[in-house]
Amino acid sequence: MPAQVITLTSGKGGVGKTTAVANLAVALASSGTKVVCIDGDIGLRNLDVILGLENRIVYDIVDVIEGRCRLKQAMIRDKKLTDLYLIPAAQTRDKNAVSASDMIRLAKDLRNECEYVLIDSPAGIERGFRNAIAGADRVIVVTNPEISAVRDADRVIGILEAEGKGPASLIINRLNPTLVRNKDMLSPEDVLDLLAIDLIGIVPEDENVLVGSNRGAPVALDQKSRAGQAFRNIARRLKGETVPFIDWESQGGFWERLQRLTGRK
Amino acid sequence: MSFLDKLFGRKTSADSAKERLQLVLIHDRTDLTPAELDSLRDDLIATISRHVSIDAHNVQIDVEHDGRSQRLVADIPLKAVTRRRSRRTK
Repeated sequence: MPAQVITLTSGKGGVGKTTAVANLAVALASSGTKVVCIDGDIGLRNLDVILGLENRIVYDIVDVIEGRCRLKQAMIRDKKLTDLYLIPAAQTRDKNAVSASDMIRLAKDLRNECEYVLIDSPAGIERGFRNAIAGADRVIVVTNPEISAVRDADRVIGILEAEGKGPASLIINRLNPTLVRNKDMLSPEDVLDLLAIDLIGIVPEDENVLVGSNRGAPVALDQKSRAGQAFRNIARRLKGETVPFIDWESQGGFWERLQRLTGRK
Repeated sequence: MSFLDKLFGRKTSADSAKERLQLVLIHDRTDLTPAELDSLRDDLIATISRHVSIDAHNVQIDVEHDGRSQRLVADIPLKAVTRRRSRRTK
């Protein structure tokens, strides 16, 4: 079966697109699904360090497009997961090196190589974003429960609809259940009410994400991490499984609950 | 949100965020600024007033959203017709 091409985008930068791509790729690959992820952020390469593959790069996406190497030569295989590959972004070249038709062709060539292609889009709504969505069968918008991120997500969702790439689905990343309980953070219901698109996952804020990035080992590999669990669930939903959503707000230890009861938190 | 805020029922910051976003998204999605909405309202009042007498002070024009689509909703109260009554008093 040809691969499904999925692009993750957000509008606003820093909401966790790259982390989400890395974790979904790891979660899919560790369950035996062959995944190729593409760093679409030309000039600001980062997916390689999040996956811990920065030392293995020989060729990049621009080398493939300009014919300096074969597609398979630019696909870096993961150190541990044999089903995970990365095509890194070019770091030194200008952003005009890649066009939308290049991305469509690349996506087409990759369809027979794997089961999923995950594309990490750059922030913004300019050329890099348009390139990243050009070859996509499906687009996932990543946002944080935060006023500017939700606003930018709405702009992106509008553009995706206009471009015929909708309906997009939504990942709410870095949800802080304590803040939501105290009504100091938009709840998932609020965000869904505002954006009116389908939810595919809620990822709670988790220090382990940073630890994983530091080590180049995404948290989806960490069985104890809450964010890792959330990403593994999203990966299963991508494959068509029905996985119930975890109610993060009702989680929390005894002290947290006691503090909530006394109104101290 | 502090204990006192909760005690006095002050609006939560999440509620403020949601309300502000609702307004800003309407403008982002429709390219309709509050000033343009006001001028649209004035034009509508002027046009409708040429045909029927309306209560211009209580005209309400809002953009509502239904999923991802927007609609302009106008509530225009008509003034009671005084003609008949004035005839009777004559």
